[in-house]
Amino acid sequence: MKPPAEAQNFRHFDLKKKFRISESIIQALLFLAGILSIFTTLAIVYELGKEALLFFNIPDVTLGKFLGTTKWQPGIGQYGIWALVSATLVTSAIAMLISLPLGLASAIYLSEYASPKMRSILKPILEILAGIPTVVYGYFALLFITPILKSFLGDNIQVYNMLSAGLVMGIMILPLISSMSEDALSAVPRSLREGAYAMGATKLETSLQIVLPAALSGIGAAIIIGISRAVGETMIVAVAAGSGPNFSFNPLEAAETMTGHIARISGGDLSYNSIDYTSLFAIALMLFLVTLILNLISQWVVNKFREQYE
Amino acid sequence: MSNEKISYPEGADFYSALRARYRTAAIWLSIFLGSLLIAIIALTALIFNVIDGAFGYIAYEYKNPPTEFTSTPVNELTKEELLTVLKDNLSSGAYKKLDWEKPMESRTQADLLELFLERLVRIDTKGTWKMTESLLNGAEIRAEVAEKYPDAILEFRSWLTPQFLVSPMSSRAEFAGVRTAILGSLWLVGIAILFALPVGTGAAIYLQEYAPKNWFTRVIQTNINNLAGVPSIVYGMLGLALFVRVMEQFTSGAMFGVTDSNGRTVLSAGLTMGILVLPLIIINAQEAIKAVPDSLRQAAFGVGATRWQTIWHHVLPNALPGILTGSILALSRALGETAPLIVVGASTFISVDPDSPFSKFTALPIQIYQWTTRAQSEFHAIAASAIIVLLVLLLSLNATAILLRNRFQRRW
Repeated sequence: MKPPAEAQNFRHFDLKKKFRISESIIQALLFLAGILSIFTTLAIVYELGKEALLFFNIPDVTLGKFLGTTKWQPGIGQYGIWALVSATLVTSAIAMLISLPLGLASAIYLSEYASPKMRSILKPILEILAGIPTVVYGYFALLFITPILKSFLGDNIQVYNMLSAGLVMGIMILPLISSMSEDALSAVPRSLREGAYAMGATKLETSLQIVLPAALSGIGAAIIIGISRAVGETMIVAVAAGSGPNFSFNPLEAAETMTGHIARISGGDLSYNSIDYTSLFAIALMLFLVTLILNLISQWVVNKFREQYE
Repeated sequence: MSNEKISYPEGADFYSALRARYRTAAIWLSIFLGSLLIAIIALTALIFNVIDGAFGYIAYEYKNPPTEFTSTPVNELTKEELLTVLKDNLSSGAYKKLDWEKPMESRTQADLLELFLERLVRIDTKGTWKMTESLLNGAEIRAEVAEKYPDAILEFRSWLTPQFLVSPMSSRAEFAGVRTAILGSLWLVGIAILFALPVGTGAAIYLQEYAPKNWFTRVIQTNINNLAGVPSIVYGMLGLALFVRVMEQFTSGAMFGVTDSNGRTVLSAGLTMGILVLPLIIINAQEAIKAVPDSLRQAAFGVGATRWQTIWHHVLPNALPGILTGSILALSRALGETAPLIVVGASTFISVDPDSPFSKFTALPIQIYQWTTRAQSEFHAIAASAIIVLLVLLLSLNATAILLRNRFQRRW
């Protein structure tokens, strides 16, 4: 049967997506760029793990010695990581003691109290604080905070000490905690606040008893990210906390953190495959795993405990 | 539930309770404001501390008085006179080395004068003072110097001078400059951005425009967020293992016929920095691409554009300001980052400008670190000057980013 005459005038259109070679090449390239981040992570794990394995394969080095003793001198057969971990714990704890209350209080003020004009002045100040390179904070810790501490504490405090490094690290982390917490607080819907006001609550009662608990997951994430930043911070401790492993929890003493140790040892001339070299990778791997776990926990906290409002 | 009747305050009791509540509120408000104030004070103290360190009195003696070399007063020496003085008094080996680094005839009068003071007259610094000390206790300092070092010259010095910006490294703080360091930083940041901007934008385009919503995409996304939180020194270790060691043939330039270097080059450091800022650039670019409304894409698809045509002609031009702003912020992060450079192996003492990706290098933050950790106070003074240079660079970068954002930002 012949089709109607007018239908023959139409060219046949194939509505299927046409295969275009250039489009596919571009898409493949973009895909490669996308998965490069996966390769980065794999490379970190592989390279750090490979060298760390070399370190743990030394017959003298056992995991028990690594995690169970408190002297770190790989050159003479002492492999107790706690000598470095203790300093990391002390400086991070001081930093969190400073940055958590101050950051949270700043966040509450900025989110609940400040007028738009105040915010436009205060926010940039915190942003400047966040943008200052950490080596500058190191200079500040060693040449400003330490002399001040020394004038109060005299000879009780050493020239290089964990207290000054921790304090300055707290100042450095403050903007991070503050801006993340502020985002969490601002995300709490207005209706909750208005409900509280309607019940006769003061602004403070609303902020602390209604808004703060509602934003707790975001604030928790901020705290964990803050800890992860403190653990990984290098320059402040490298400059101001001291150079030499020291198993001590006294913040007035000099001690070397994991990061500070890596910076000092790798800064010198280091021959590949020496025990100093491979031991650094063991420390770095530990650092990577600790911060990775902290970051994952923080994401989990946000997803798990987020209060959903519509 | 308890059957106890809760009694609420009434009358005068109510008002006194209310007043107490308001008092608590006022106290807490001052605590909130106080913590912001502490942040502001810390920032002020930091900036003051840096500026305070960069200016002040210096007391020095000449080891060999200038009159031993020439009869003309130091300030009036001409270039020709300086050349002859240097040629006559320096050992021929030292002169040849200087001439090889940069031909003596092509150097400026200021450079030569510096060489003359550094190599022949040999300034011997007796002490330095910070700006506030110098201004407030000037008389005491003068008296102290006059008593202790009768021959010393005391002058108020700005350590941050134009000469400081253009002088190469020196082992004497009085003559050291940051030229090598600034050039090193520029090479470093340039290489980092050349690598990270295209790759990062590409990754963002893939994730926003192409990636199917499945577990694999979620893994990539989570992974990028995690990489943004990895300590920078871990990236340094990655750079040391991967770029400096495994890829030494490439990063040292041995592949391209460069023979006089190892893997600790500006290329290795730049790539490390590129990997480090990549997650930042991806996250920012994703935000920028996300902000382009879907109606734009649908309109492009509607007139028959392919996916890539839509992205290239419509999505990218509209997302570009956001992507650039993010990149500039990433740049300023790279500029201030120190720890990875130490690990990758920035040279601490180097006076030759980097001139290729395979050069040894130093960078501004590395110099600041080196000088800060020296014991002598004159090095702290030049550390402070270098910090000012770094902060000014960062500030102008960030200002550019903000201007860019305000100028091109579109609201849909």
